[in-house]
Order: sequence, then structure tokens, then C-alpha cells
Amino acid sequence: MKQYKKEISKRKRKEERRAYLFLMPSLLGVGVFVLLPFLDAIYRSMKDTMGKNFVGIKNYSTVIQNEAFLLAGKNTGRFLLVCIPLLLVTSLALSVVIYGQKKYQGFFKTTFLIPMAIPVAAVVLLWKIIFHKNGLINAFLTLTGNKSILWMNSGYAFGVLVFSYIWKNMGYNMVLWLAGLSGISGTLYEAASLDGAKRYQKFRYITFPLLLPSVFMISVLSLVNSFKVFREAYLIAGNYPDKSIYMIQHLFNNWFVNLEISKMCAAAVLFVIIIMGFVGMIHKITSKGDQEGGY
Amino acid sequence: MGIKRFISFFLLGILGLIVWIPILMIVLGSFLGKGEIIECFGGIFLDETKLAVWHVIPQYPTLWPYVNLLLDSPEFFVMFWNSCKQVFPSIFGQLLIALPAAWSFSRFEFRGKKLLFYLYIVLMIMPFQVTMVSSYLVLERLNLLDRHVAIIIPNLFATFPVFILVKFFRAIPMELIEAAQIDGASEGLIFRKIGLPNASAGIISVVTLGFIEYWNALEQPLTFLKSKSLWPLSLYLPEMSVSNLSVSFVASVIMLIPACLIFLFGQQYLEEGIVASGLKQ
Repeated sequence: MKQYKKEISKRKRKEERRAYLFLMPSLLGVGVFVLLPFLDAIYRSMKDTMGKNFVGIKNYSTVIQNEAFLLAGKNTGRFLLVCIPLLLVTSLALSVVIYGQKKYQGFFKTTFLIPMAIPVAAVVLLWKIIFHKNGLINAFLTLTGNKSILWMNSGYAFGVLVFSYIWKNMGYNMVLWLAGLSGISGTLYEAASLDGAKRYQKFRYITFPLLLPSVFMISVLSLVNSFKVFREAYLIAGNYPDKSIYMIQHLFNNWFVNLEISKMCAAAVLFVIIIMGFVGMIHKITSKGDQEGGY
Repeated sequence: MGIKRFISFFLLGILGLIVWIPILMIVLGSFLGKGEIIECFGGIFLDETKLAVWHVIPQYPTLWPYVNLLLDSPEFFVMFWNSCKQVFPSIFGQLLIALPAAWSFSRFEFRGKKLLFYLYIVLMIMPFQVTMVSSYLVLERLNLLDRHVAIIIPNLFATFPVFILVKFFRAIPMELIEAAQIDGASEGLIFRKIGLPNASAGIISVVTLGFIEYWNALEQPLTFLKSKSLWPLSLYLPEMSVSNLSVSFVASVIMLIPACLIFLFGQQYLEEGIVASGLKQ
């Protein structure tokens, strides 16, 4: 018996050694290029600009009181709160419609996936032509006797960015939802039909609860993709866009130009905390729904 | 039932136009001569006050912009090569590192596995700005800034590919691996002869997703490359649209080509990759 136990622990140790051997290149790289530098950043966030004296949380309080940080934080938060739910709902609706469309499903899948592969630079060229103050939409508005709108230099810029995000990420989410939908057995719907369930009821009591487990990951991936909208914002409107789309990413860029290292370090740490808070919130919302579904 | 299906087809078609029209605009725009471009978009890119006009079909279609770009814009090729030099090593190196790591996470039990995998997921979620300063500082210390490797190295250790590949390795039937073990195959051999071939769809997925991501790199080159001569196309193109208007559509079309190739050959893998990214754990 003792011999047997020894044998098992020996085998276990061997497995562990192998595991770490395979993991080593990745782990080393992540450690050297990501984790240690980030620990260093945390350390620097508590020092003064020259990196000499320890100042505790002074950088944090400077950052939190900084007007630009507050504006950027507010805008980023607003963007996430508007975009992610909007994308989830619209892409789910689209997927349900596409799922019912058997014959041309492939064609429509390709159609809505394409925007994610269109290079940002090309998208930006188009958005400029369309949304510029002398652009196509305004040309159309003027032609039909309406007043033109400053799309990129007013609160509308926020809307343009939301549109751009939805346009680009619809396909990614569609593929995720379709995977979820195809995992639902058709017999459930047939049984429901026999019981006389309406279309809406089938969605409410079969589709929706069975899709819930995938909502968490889809939301998190939508969050990840939402940070990339900065590319469009930056390439259309530069370092200082309209106030309504001044995001955390702009702030980092502008502080970086002035090499405000300790301030950036503190902001990076705060950013991590905020994102983790966001993910936690998504988790809470989606898992709550999970229990309500009761399946 | 037929009517319902027709309505949904109609709705999808209308939505689809929001995708197809912009692409058509770029392609048709690439046949616009300089005169027509200025006539149409002078109010946007030059300091003129007139409103934009869109000629659905170019009035004087010409291939001049293409000739112009191919023969008269050496900087375009420099930037194109810069993009290639940054994108392909990133993806290739990333696979070399992510594949064994993903194998380890999917095959073995070891202390700290859960914690490490959780850490990898967190790193995958974090936007570039979080690690922007720390990456900059470490690249500066190693004297790697303002070189192509400044873009490549941080990409090598992205955790997103690991996350995706783990899903594909897990799908390999256990019997296959056990049979090889009984035959006395070493772990390295199992990894190469069973792991890699059976995860080839995952590998192509990572390549496609990685290509889309890095071909559009903006934040990294903006932060880590000072010399404009090292800039990739993605950063350079938007600047060009002001200075060399007639070529900008053509350049966009050329940037679109790799994306189209992805859809011609790899859409299935792209979709598989996306699905894998959505699987919890």
C-alpha cells in the first residue's frame, strides 16, 4: 500500500515536471514582459515623478481628482454601458433571424462577419467621407432641406462611435450566439409546439434560458472588443476628439506624450481595478439570470 | 410560413446593405481619378467648403490610381513590408509559445494550474493601455524600443491564443492519447504527432484571428515606434489620405485583399476560433 502511494506521488511529480516544461516558454515570457513590469508599475505608482521618493497614494489622489481622468472615465463607462447591452440584444435578434433562414444562412453569416476583417484604416476613410461636416450624410440632409449636423464635433460623435462598434462586432457575437442556438435540441421546440406554445413563449422559456450560460463569455468578449473602438476614434478625430468620445485610451496616449510615468502607473492600476469590477458585475448579472431560469 | 421567411430574408438583406455598400464604395472609389476625387471630396480632405458628392459609378473611371500607387509611392511598399515584418513573426512566434502552453493546460494536472489559467484569462481581457507603461519601460530597459521587435515581443506572449488552443486540445479524444502512451510514445512525440495535427483547425483559427488583430495594429506602433519609417500600413494609411488623396482608396483596397483571402479560405476556421473563444473554461 505504501509502495503504491509512493508510486502515485512519483508519477504525479513527473506529470508536474512535464506540465511546467511545456508551460515554461509562455510563463517566462509572461513573467518577464508582463507580470514583473506590471509589479514595477505598481511600485512606481507610489513614487514621485522622478521615481525617487515614496509618496504613497498621492499619485492616486491626483489621478482621481484629475479632470481629464474623470471625463475619460465617465465617457468610457457610458460607452460600455450603452454598447455592450445594445450589441448583445441586436446581435441575438440578428442571430435568431439568421438561424431560421436555412437556405441563405451561409451568405448572411459571411455578410455580417466581413466588417470585423475590414482594415480599420479603410473604415476610417469611409467614416470620414460619410460623417464629415461636408460629408455624404450632411450633403443628403442639405439636399432634402434639413440642417446639416456636426457629426464628429458634437455629442453625435458618441453615436457614430457606437454605430461603428456595433457594425464591426455584430458578426463576432452572431457566431457566438449561433453556436449557442445550434446547441439547443430541436425536440424541445417540437414538444413546446405540441403544447401550443407561441413563438414568443418558445423564445422566453426555451431559447433564452438555454442561451444564458453563454451570455457571460459573450459579454466579456464584447467588453474586450469594445476597447478597440479607440482605433477608429483616434484615426478619425486624433488625440483630442469631441468631449463626448474622449476615452481612457486617449488619456493614456496624451499622458504618454508627456511621459507622466507615475501618473500613468497609478491610472493603469485603477484601470485594472475598474475592468475587474466590470467583469465582476457582468458575472453577477448573468449568473443571477442563470438561477432565475431555473434550468 | 413562406411569407415570414421572405420578410426575414428582406430584413437581413437591408441590414446586409450596410455592410456591402461601404465595401462597394471603397472599391468603386479606387477607380476615381484625381480630378474627380477632388471634385467629390474636396470639402472633406482639402480646405474647401463644398459638400461631398458621391458618384455611384465613377464618371471617368481610370486605373491611374493603381499605377500611381504601384509605381510612384515607394513609401507605400516600405509600410507594407513593415506590416508584414511585424505581423507574421508575431503570429508565428505566438504559436510556438502558445501551443505547448495550451497543451500543458489541457493535458496535465499540476499545482497552481487553476490560478495560472485564471491569470491568463485576466491578461487576455486587459486592454493594451493597462500594460502600456510597464511594457514601454521594460522595452526601454532592454533597449528594444523603436525597432520591429518592440511590436513583436509583447505579441509573442499574448494569452488569447493559449485560451483558444486549450479548447481545441481538450476536444482530442483521450483514447487516442492513451493508445500512443501504451505504445511507449514520449510526451513530446504525442504532442507533435497527435496534439498538433488534431488541433490544426485551432492553429488556423489563431492565425486568422491574430492576422485580423495585428494587421490593424495601432496602439502598439504608436507607443513603441518613434521613427515613422518603421510604421505599419495601418498607422500610415490614414495619414496618407490627406496628402495623397487619389491613392488612398487604392491603398485601402490593397489592405482589404488579405482580409478577403481570409474569407475565401478561412472563414470556417475564423468561426471555429470565435466559437472557441466563447466557451467558458
